Amino acid sequence: MSKNLGQLDRMVHGAYEAGWTTDIESDTLAPGLNEDTVRFISARKQEPDWLLQWRLKAFRHWQTMVHPEWAHVHYPPIDYQSISYYSAPRRPGEGPQSLDEVDPELLRTYEKLGIPLHERAALAGVAVDAVFDSVSVVTTFKEKLGEAGVIFCPISEAVREHPELIRKYLGSVVPFRDNFFAGLNSAVFSDGSFVYVPKGVRCPMELSTYFRINARNTGQFERTLIVADEGSHVSYLEGCTAPQRDENQLHAAVVELIALKGAEIKYSTVQNWYPGDAEGRGGIYNFVTKRGIAHENAKISWTQVETGSAITWKYPSVILQGDNAVGEFYSVALTRGMQQADTGTKMVHVGRNTRSTIVSKGISAMRAENAYRGLVHIGAGADNARNHTQCDSLLIGDRCGAHTFPYIESRNPSATVEHEATTSKVGDDQLFLCRQRGLDPEKAVSMIVNGFCKQVFRELPMEFAVEAGKLLEVSLEGAVG
Amino acid sequence: MLKIANLHATVADTPILKGLNLEINAGEVHAIMGPNGSGKSTLAAVLAGRDGYEVTAGSIEYQGRDLLALAVEERARAGVFLAFQYPVEIPGVSNMEFLRASLEAVRSHRGEPNLSAVEFMKLARATSQQLQLDPEFLKRGVNEGFSGGEKKRNEILQMLLLQPNLAILDETDSGLDIDALQVVADGVNALRSPERAIIMVTHYQRLLDYVVPDYVHVLADGCILRSGGPELALELEAKGYGWLRDDAA
Repeated sequence: MSKNLGQLDRMVHGAYEAGWTTDIESDTLAPGLNEDTVRFISARKQEPDWLLQWRLKAFRHWQTMVHPEWAHVHYPPIDYQSISYYSAPRRPGEGPQSLDEVDPELLRTYEKLGIPLHERAALAGVAVDAVFDSVSVVTTFKEKLGEAGVIFCPISEAVREHPELIRKYLGSVVPFRDNFFAGLNSAVFSDGSFVYVPKGVRCPMELSTYFRINARNTGQFERTLIVADEGSHVSYLEGCTAPQRDENQLHAAVVELIALKGAEIKYSTVQNWYPGDAEGRGGIYNFVTKRGIAHENAKISWTQVETGSAITWKYPSVILQGDNAVGEFYSVALTRGMQQADTGTKMVHVGRNTRSTIVSKGISAMRAENAYRGLVHIGAGADNARNHTQCDSLLIGDRCGAHTFPYIESRNPSATVEHEATTSKVGDDQLFLCRQRGLDPEKAVSMIVNGFCKQVFRELPMEFAVEAGKLLEVSLEGAVG
Repeated sequence: MLKIANLHATVADTPILKGLNLEINAGEVHAIMGPNGSGKSTLAAVLAGRDGYEVTAGSIEYQGRDLLALAVEERARAGVFLAFQYPVEIPGVSNMEFLRASLEAVRSHRGEPNLSAVEFMKLARATSQQLQLDPEFLKRGVNEGFSGGEKKRNEILQMLLLQPNLAILDETDSGLDIDALQVVADGVNALRSPERAIIMVTHYQRLLDYVVPDYVHVLADGCILRSGGPELALELEAKGYGWLRDDAA
């Protein structure tokens, strides 16, 4: 038994493949956080005064907030004064450039990550916004999208080019008072993506943002805002990686989705931030607030594959505001080594006949801790609201943990809320069956884990489903001695 | 093909096999019988290389190689197949996907080219029909929600696809009704050939009516107590194991 356990441990102790750094000259702000930091970032982004004032309000409010302690994760206190809040690759002008002007070193970085930015080499049908530390370096296919009326650009550019949309929607779903990390993000957010899909338009391509943290001692505070106007449809993907470093780095993002009447937003994430080494040194602290609001007949679907980060604290949620709105959450969270994840969702049913589905698959290996935390709230006016929650945990070895914290609040007697939960182990028996049929142990474990996740992978756009499957293989592979 | 000499094995430090000797040639079918706890399933597990079964003395030679030096998957690729007594489920992994990965691993070891998706489908469908399994069941998760009989037939399906040199059936007959037993027996008989050997671990004479063995061995307390032809199984059926033990004493 113990012998087998060791083997499973070695198997899941795969190497992190995106752990290299890019050697590039950067303008990095000295560590520290005060009002001047906020003013500096705002000035750097050439922001209008209203946004600066909004940031300052957020900052002042954040100073009165306390760090949340309720999650099932453990880490030493974060010193917010030791972090740099802005780092950008050095270059002559401001704002994203055309591809020819982008530092070739940056293009090589994304190429190495499998995200070619040259449009002719790019994945067919996927437009990419590449965010490097605090700035967006390039956004592809902008013209093609423009023909359909779709706006896809860095949020800093949207602030200048489309101030009316930003003013209307920024902070409308996640106000800066929402929580500690959302407050911090509102004060110091640097870059991220903005999407607007006009009425009745089906976005002609997949949109994606690729986040890369490179600089040392730097936090990344991106902000993404997606507005799908009435009857429109958009599918958006995000990916994330970071170099391997011994110290922890903070990533505190905010994502807001607005699906107006009859609109549909599908948001997929493959999160692979550096998870830290087997002893728990280094890795990204990932504290993210993601929330969408679905108006009448609108649909918001979150799909996430979380394999990275030392700590994940993340609850992509949907406010089902309008009648007949639909919310979905499909999640795979893999933790190994010393990783800790506390992730789940909130489905807040406000409108009548609103429906939500939650499918969460947690996988723990080695000494990792994996928690599902979810809230299903049925408001008094949410007649005939329905929720179905399915929560499965898979344990690999016997030193890891899986926890489930489901909260259900129903204020309407006509609502139907279902919750199913299972916990299973990658059995020695399953592994033995696979090997007895000639499969390598690595192949066997990845097949078993992929089978466990199949229900969620089915929800990913096709290019990403393949990517996610591979990512799990990389995360799970390792020398078998 | 297989030469087991003075095999001693323990499970959780408890000696189970105590000096077992057995030689099996290509083309032969051997039945291993014996009371509960005599070491039948342990022998099957040791041959396949299952964790938790420790060989403390003795040797196993398979096709001239030291079998004990090979990892589980290496033995499988070299043609050692174990049909499980209790096949496990692998949810979400389709039977088809599993069979294909398995067949590819074994074929590539033999230096045979991979089958195309179409060729594989044809083969898998034909084989499942041979075992009276609805081809739809290839799409279901491995053993997921299968009845006991379906699980056992699925083991035989895998065996027929992989065409092993040495097939070990660990109580494949248990829990089968008479019709399913006939189907399974037909599958096993289809595999019989001068190049292959089959070991059937069983409690009962029943299976041996359908697959007639060349040799029958009675295992008791970790050793082979007696070997003989098919008539030995009939004698056991009539007199029970007690007769042999008294005889030996």
